[in-house]
Amino acid sequence: MTRIPRAFLLVALLLGAQPGIAIDTDPKLPDPVQQATYERLTSEVRCLVCQNQTIGDSSAPLAADLRREIREKIVAGQSEEEIKVFLLDRYGDFVLYKPRFKASTAALWLAPLLLLIAGGLGLGRIIRRRSALPVPADDDEPPTAAEG
Amino acid sequence: MPIGVFGLLVAVFVVGLGKDPTLVPSPLVGKPAPDFTLPRLDDPSQTLSRSDLIGKTSLVNVWGTWCSGCRQEHDTLVALARDGGIPIYGINWKDDQQLARQWLTSLGNPYAAVGVDQDGRVAIDWGVYGAPETFLIGPDGTVLYKHIAPMTQDVWQEQFLPRIAAAGAGQR
Repeated sequence: MTRIPRAFLLVALLLGAQPGIAIDTDPKLPDPVQQATYERLTSEVRCLVCQNQTIGDSSAPLAADLRREIREKIVAGQSEEEIKVFLLDRYGDFVLYKPRFKASTAALWLAPLLLLIAGGLGLGRIIRRRSALPVPADDDEPPTAAEG
Repeated sequence: MPIGVFGLLVAVFVVGLGKDPTLVPSPLVGKPAPDFTLPRLDDPSQTLSRSDLIGKTSLVNVWGTWCSGCRQEHDTLVALARDGGIPIYGINWKDDQQLARQWLTSLGNPYAAVGVDQDGRVAIDWGVYGAPETFLIGPDGTVLYKHIAPMTQDVWQEQFLPRIAAAGAGQR
Protein backbone atom coordinates (compact mmCIF):
# COMPACT_ATOMS: atom_id res chain seq x y z
CA MET A 1 0.00 0.00 0.00
CA THR A 2 1.40 3.42 -0.89
CA ARG A 3 1.53 6.34 1.48
CA ILE A 4 -1.27 8.42 0.01
CA PRO A 5 -4.06 5.84 0.12
CA ARG A 6 -3.03 5.02 3.66
CA ALA A 7 -3.39 8.66 4.70
CA PHE A 8 -6.70 8.75 2.88
CA LEU A 9 -7.83 5.65 4.73
CA LEU A 10 -6.84 7.21 8.03
CA VAL A 11 -8.85 10.35 7.29
CA ALA A 12 -11.81 8.26 6.19
CA LEU A 13 -11.69 6.26 9.42
CA LEU A 14 -11.40 9.41 11.51
CA LEU A 15 -14.43 10.89 9.77
CA GLY A 16 -16.30 7.70 10.57
CA ALA A 17 -15.44 8.17 14.24
CA GLN A 18 -17.45 11.40 14.47
CA PRO A 19 -20.50 9.91 16.19
CA GLY A 20 -18.19 9.26 19.11
CA ILE A 21 -17.95 12.98 19.85
CA ALA A 22 -19.80 13.62 23.08
CA ILE A 23 -23.09 15.48 23.03
CA ASP A 24 -22.94 16.22 26.71
CA THR A 25 -20.12 18.75 26.99
CA ASP A 26 -20.86 19.89 30.53
CA PRO A 27 -17.90 19.67 32.93
CA LYS A 28 -17.71 16.59 35.10
CA LEU A 29 -19.02 16.72 38.63
CA PRO A 30 -16.19 17.02 41.16
CA ASP A 31 -17.35 13.98 43.13
CA PRO A 32 -16.68 10.78 41.13
CA VAL A 33 -19.57 8.97 42.84
CA GLN A 34 -21.96 11.74 41.82
CA GLN A 35 -20.52 11.73 38.31
CA ALA A 36 -21.13 7.95 38.08
CA THR A 37 -24.74 8.45 39.22
CA TYR A 38 -25.13 11.20 36.65
CA GLU A 39 -23.78 9.03 33.84
CA ARG A 40 -25.94 6.08 34.87
CA LEU A 41 -29.09 8.22 34.93
CA THR A 42 -28.45 10.01 31.65
CA SER A 43 -27.92 6.64 29.96
CA GLU A 44 -31.20 5.28 31.36
CA VAL A 45 -33.53 8.20 30.72
CA ARG A 46 -35.22 8.41 27.37
CA CYS A 47 -35.26 11.62 25.40
CA LEU A 48 -38.95 11.95 24.54
CA VAL A 49 -38.32 14.27 21.62
CA CYS A 50 -36.09 11.79 19.80
CA GLN A 51 -37.42 8.64 21.36
CA ASN A 52 -34.69 6.22 20.44
CA GLN A 53 -31.97 8.16 22.19
CA THR A 54 -31.11 8.58 25.83
CA ILE A 55 -30.82 12.10 27.14
CA GLY A 56 -27.07 11.52 27.34
CA ASP A 57 -26.95 10.92 23.58
CA SER A 58 -29.39 13.55 22.44
CA SER A 59 -28.67 17.09 21.36
CA ALA A 60 -32.33 18.13 21.70
CA PRO A 61 -32.86 21.19 23.92
CA LEU A 62 -35.20 19.21 26.19
CA ALA A 63 -32.47 16.60 26.74
CA ALA A 64 -30.06 19.36 27.75
CA ASP A 65 -32.68 20.74 30.16
CA LEU A 66 -33.20 17.29 31.68
CA ARG A 67 -29.45 16.76 32.06
CA ARG A 68 -29.22 20.09 33.84
CA GLU A 69 -32.15 19.13 36.08
CA ILE A 70 -30.55 15.77 36.96
CA ARG A 71 -27.16 17.36 37.59
CA GLU A 72 -28.65 19.94 39.95
CA LYS A 73 -30.58 17.31 41.85
CA ILE A 74 -27.50 15.14 42.28
CA VAL A 75 -25.49 18.10 43.55
CA ALA A 76 -28.36 18.93 45.91
CA GLY A 77 -27.93 15.45 47.36
CA GLN A 78 -30.98 13.68 45.95
CA SER A 79 -30.75 9.93 45.49
CA GLU A 80 -30.98 8.13 42.17
CA GLU A 81 -34.39 6.80 43.22
CA GLU A 82 -35.71 10.27 44.07
CA ILE A 83 -34.63 11.59 40.69
CA LYS A 84 -36.24 8.66 38.88
CA VAL A 85 -39.51 9.24 40.74
CA PHE A 86 -39.31 12.94 39.83
CA LEU A 87 -39.08 11.99 36.14
CA LEU A 88 -41.72 9.23 36.34
CA ASP A 89 -44.20 11.63 37.97
CA ARG A 90 -43.85 14.00 35.04
CA TYR A 91 -43.19 11.86 32.00
CA GLY A 92 -44.51 8.40 32.92
CA ASP A 93 -43.02 4.92 32.55
CA PHE A 94 -41.83 5.52 29.02
CA VAL A 95 -39.14 7.93 30.21
CA LEU A 96 -37.08 5.07 31.65
CA TYR A 97 -35.48 2.68 29.21
CA LYS A 98 -35.96 0.01 31.84
CA PRO A 99 -39.55 0.59 33.00
CA ARG A 100 -40.73 -0.38 36.46
CA PHE A 101 -42.52 -3.71 36.89
CA LYS A 102 -46.18 -3.05 37.59
CA ALA A 103 -49.63 -3.98 36.28
CA SER A 104 -49.41 -1.80 33.16
CA THR A 105 -45.92 -3.02 32.25
CA ALA A 106 -46.34 -6.67 33.29
CA ALA A 107 -47.06 -7.82 29.72
CA LEU A 108 -43.85 -6.18 28.56
CA TRP A 109 -41.76 -7.95 31.17
CA LEU A 110 -43.50 -11.34 31.18
CA ALA A 111 -44.26 -11.85 27.48
CA PRO A 112 -40.72 -12.99 26.55
CA LEU A 113 -40.71 -15.52 29.38
CA LEU A 114 -44.17 -16.83 28.47
CA LEU A 115 -43.21 -17.06 24.80
CA LEU A 116 -40.04 -18.95 25.73
CA ILE A 117 -42.04 -21.43 27.83
CA ALA A 118 -44.68 -21.86 25.10
CA GLY A 119 -41.98 -22.32 22.47
CA GLY A 120 -40.15 -24.84 24.65
CA LEU A 121 -43.32 -26.86 25.23
CA GLY A 122 -44.13 -26.81 21.52
CA LEU A 123 -40.62 -27.86 20.59
CA GLY A 124 -40.65 -30.65 23.18
CA ARG A 125 -43.92 -31.97 21.82
CA ILE A 126 -42.62 -31.99 18.22
CA ILE A 127 -39.40 -33.74 19.25
CA ARG A 128 -41.28 -36.36 21.20
CA ARG A 129 -43.65 -37.02 18.29
CA ARG A 130 -40.80 -37.28 15.77
CA SER A 131 -38.73 -39.60 17.97
CA ALA A 132 -41.70 -41.95 18.21
CA LEU A 133 -41.71 -42.38 14.40
CA PRO A 134 -39.80 -45.37 12.98
CA VAL A 135 -36.44 -44.43 11.48
CA PRO A 136 -36.59 -44.66 7.65
CA ALA A 137 -34.31 -47.36 6.24
CA ASP A 138 -32.42 -45.04 3.86
CA ASP A 139 -31.71 -42.41 6.56
CA ASP A 140 -28.09 -42.71 7.68
CA GLU A 141 -28.30 -39.98 10.29
CA PRO A 142 -28.70 -41.35 13.79
CA PRO A 143 -31.79 -40.07 15.68
CA THR A 144 -29.80 -38.29 18.38
CA ALA A 145 -32.06 -35.38 19.33
CA ALA A 146 -34.65 -37.69 20.83
CA GLU A 147 -33.90 -36.86 24.47
CA GLY A 148 -35.85 -33.80 25.57
CA MET B 1 -53.26 -23.94 15.10
CA PRO B 2 -50.66 -22.15 12.88
CA ILE B 3 -53.46 -20.20 11.22
CA GLY B 4 -54.77 -19.18 14.62
CA VAL B 5 -51.32 -17.93 15.66
CA PHE B 6 -50.97 -16.06 12.37
CA GLY B 7 -54.39 -14.49 12.80
CA LEU B 8 -53.52 -13.39 16.33
CA LEU B 9 -50.29 -11.79 15.13
CA VAL B 10 -52.10 -9.97 12.34
CA ALA B 11 -54.63 -8.65 14.86
CA VAL B 12 -51.83 -7.41 17.14
CA PHE B 13 -50.05 -5.70 14.23
CA VAL B 14 -53.22 -4.07 12.88
CA VAL B 15 -53.93 -2.57 16.30
CA GLY B 16 -50.29 -1.54 16.65
CA LEU B 17 -50.19 0.17 13.26
CA GLY B 18 -53.07 2.43 14.23
CA LYS B 19 -51.19 3.79 17.23
CA ASP B 20 -48.83 6.74 17.19
CA PRO B 21 -45.68 5.86 19.16
CA THR B 22 -44.80 9.53 19.62
CA LEU B 23 -47.82 10.03 21.87
CA VAL B 24 -46.84 9.27 25.42
CA PRO B 25 -49.66 9.20 27.97
CA SER B 26 -49.19 11.85 30.62
CA PRO B 27 -49.14 10.73 34.25
CA LEU B 28 -50.44 14.21 35.13
CA VAL B 29 -53.97 13.56 33.86
CA GLY B 30 -56.26 13.31 36.88
CA LYS B 31 -53.72 14.99 39.16
CA PRO B 32 -53.45 18.59 40.35
CA ALA B 33 -51.76 20.86 37.81
CA PRO B 34 -48.13 21.51 38.79
CA ASP B 35 -47.44 24.72 40.64
CA PHE B 36 -45.67 27.45 38.72
CA THR B 37 -45.06 31.17 38.58
CA LEU B 38 -43.78 32.75 35.39
CA PRO B 39 -43.15 36.34 34.30
CA ARG B 40 -45.69 37.51 31.76
CA LEU B 41 -44.73 38.04 28.14
CA ASP B 42 -46.51 41.37 27.83
CA ASP B 43 -45.28 42.73 31.16
CA PRO B 44 -42.43 40.92 32.96
CA SER B 45 -43.23 42.74 36.20
CA GLN B 46 -46.47 40.73 36.38
CA THR B 47 -46.73 36.97 36.72
CA LEU B 48 -48.86 34.09 35.53
CA SER B 49 -49.22 31.35 38.12
CA ARG B 50 -51.25 28.29 38.98
CA SER B 51 -53.66 30.32 41.10
CA ASP B 52 -54.74 32.19 37.95
CA LEU B 53 -56.16 28.90 36.63
CA ILE B 54 -58.39 28.18 39.63
CA GLY B 55 -62.13 28.84 39.62
CA LYS B 56 -62.90 28.13 35.97
CA THR B 57 -62.16 25.55 33.32
CA SER B 58 -59.23 26.70 31.22
CA LEU B 59 -56.69 25.63 28.63
CA VAL B 60 -52.95 25.80 29.08
CA ASN B 61 -51.17 25.83 25.74
CA VAL B 62 -47.41 25.33 25.46
CA TRP B 63 -45.98 27.06 22.40
CA GLY B 64 -42.98 28.70 20.81
CA THR B 65 -42.34 30.62 17.63
CA TRP B 66 -39.77 27.93 16.65
CA CYS B 67 -42.51 25.31 16.61
CA SER B 68 -44.22 24.72 13.26
CA GLY B 69 -47.15 22.88 14.81
CA CYS B 70 -47.84 25.99 16.89
CA ARG B 71 -48.18 28.05 13.72
CA GLN B 72 -50.54 25.39 12.37
CA GLU B 73 -52.84 25.52 15.35
CA HIS B 74 -52.69 29.27 15.91
CA ASP B 75 -55.77 30.20 13.88
CA THR B 76 -57.75 27.49 15.67
CA LEU B 77 -56.68 28.90 19.03
CA VAL B 78 -57.70 32.39 17.96
CA ALA B 79 -61.10 31.02 16.92
CA LEU B 80 -61.48 29.13 20.22
CA ALA B 81 -60.55 32.22 22.22
CA ARG B 82 -63.33 34.05 20.41
CA ASP B 83 -66.06 31.36 20.52
CA GLY B 84 -64.82 28.58 22.79
CA GLY B 85 -66.02 30.12 26.02
CA ILE B 86 -63.00 29.24 28.16
CA PRO B 87 -59.78 31.21 28.67
CA ILE B 88 -56.52 30.01 27.10
CA TYR B 89 -53.32 30.55 29.01
CA GLY B 90 -50.04 30.30 27.16
CA ILE B 91 -46.66 29.04 28.27
CA ASN B 92 -44.05 30.37 25.89
CA TRP B 93 -41.41 27.63 25.96
CA LYS B 94 -37.71 28.37 25.41
CA ASP B 95 -38.40 31.12 22.94
CA ASP B 96 -37.14 34.51 21.87
CA GLN B 97 -39.48 36.92 23.67
CA GLN B 98 -39.15 39.56 20.98
CA LEU B 99 -40.25 37.08 18.33
CA ALA B 100 -43.02 35.79 20.59
CA ARG B 101 -44.49 39.29 21.01
CA GLN B 102 -44.25 39.93 17.26
CA TRP B 103 -46.01 36.61 16.60
CA LEU B 104 -48.97 37.60 18.78
CA THR B 105 -49.12 41.08 17.25
CA SER B 106 -49.13 39.86 13.67
CA LEU B 107 -51.15 36.62 14.00
CA GLY B 108 -53.57 37.62 16.73
CA ASN B 109 -53.42 36.89 20.44
CA PRO B 110 -55.69 34.09 21.67
CA TYR B 111 -54.22 34.09 25.19
CA ALA B 112 -55.74 35.51 28.35
CA ALA B 113 -52.11 35.70 29.54
CA VAL B 114 -48.78 34.22 28.50
CA GLY B 115 -46.05 33.17 30.93
CA VAL B 116 -42.45 33.00 29.75
CA ASP B 117 -40.62 29.76 30.51
CA GLN B 118 -37.19 30.75 29.31
CA ASP B 119 -35.14 27.95 30.85
CA GLY B 120 -37.73 25.19 30.42
CA ARG B 121 -38.12 24.30 34.10
CA VAL B 122 -41.88 24.74 34.25
CA ALA B 123 -42.21 22.70 31.05
CA ILE B 124 -40.38 19.83 32.75
CA ASP B 125 -42.73 20.06 35.75
CA TRP B 126 -45.63 19.82 33.32
CA GLY B 127 -44.09 16.83 31.55
CA VAL B 128 -43.90 18.73 28.28
CA TYR B 129 -41.79 17.10 25.59
CA GLY B 130 -43.04 18.43 22.28
CA ALA B 131 -44.86 21.66 21.56
CA PRO B 132 -47.62 22.30 20.89
CA GLU B 133 -49.22 20.67 23.91
CA THR B 134 -52.58 21.71 25.28
CA PHE B 135 -53.79 20.88 28.78
CA LEU B 136 -57.39 21.08 29.92
CA ILE B 137 -57.53 22.29 33.52
CA GLY B 138 -60.63 21.93 35.68
CA PRO B 139 -61.94 24.65 38.02
CA ASP B 140 -60.23 22.97 40.99
CA GLY B 141 -56.88 22.93 39.19
CA THR B 142 -56.97 19.27 38.15
CA VAL B 143 -55.46 18.29 34.81
CA LEU B 144 -58.42 16.79 32.94
CA TYR B 145 -56.79 16.06 29.59
CA LYS B 146 -53.64 16.61 27.58
CA HIS B 147 -53.47 16.92 23.82
CA ILE B 148 -50.06 16.59 22.16
CA ALA B 149 -50.12 17.91 18.59
CA PRO B 150 -51.70 20.96 16.99
CA MET B 151 -55.20 21.80 18.19
CA THR B 152 -57.88 21.41 15.54
CA GLN B 153 -61.63 21.96 15.51
CA ASP B 154 -62.11 18.17 15.35
CA VAL B 155 -59.94 17.58 18.40
CA TRP B 156 -61.72 20.39 20.21
CA GLN B 157 -65.15 18.95 19.51
CA GLU B 158 -64.32 15.30 20.06
CA GLN B 159 -61.86 15.42 22.95
CA PHE B 160 -62.28 18.72 24.75
CA LEU B 161 -65.96 19.68 24.63
CA PRO B 162 -67.26 16.45 26.25
CA ARG B 163 -64.70 16.80 29.06
CA ILE B 164 -65.51 20.46 29.56
CA ALA B 165 -69.21 19.59 29.79
CA ALA B 166 -68.46 16.83 32.32
CA ALA B 167 -66.32 19.19 34.41
CA GLY B 168 -69.06 21.82 34.41
CA ALA B 169 -71.69 19.24 35.42
CA GLY B 170 -69.49 17.90 38.19
CA GLN B 171 -69.17 21.35 39.66
CA ARG B 172 -72.87 21.96 40.07
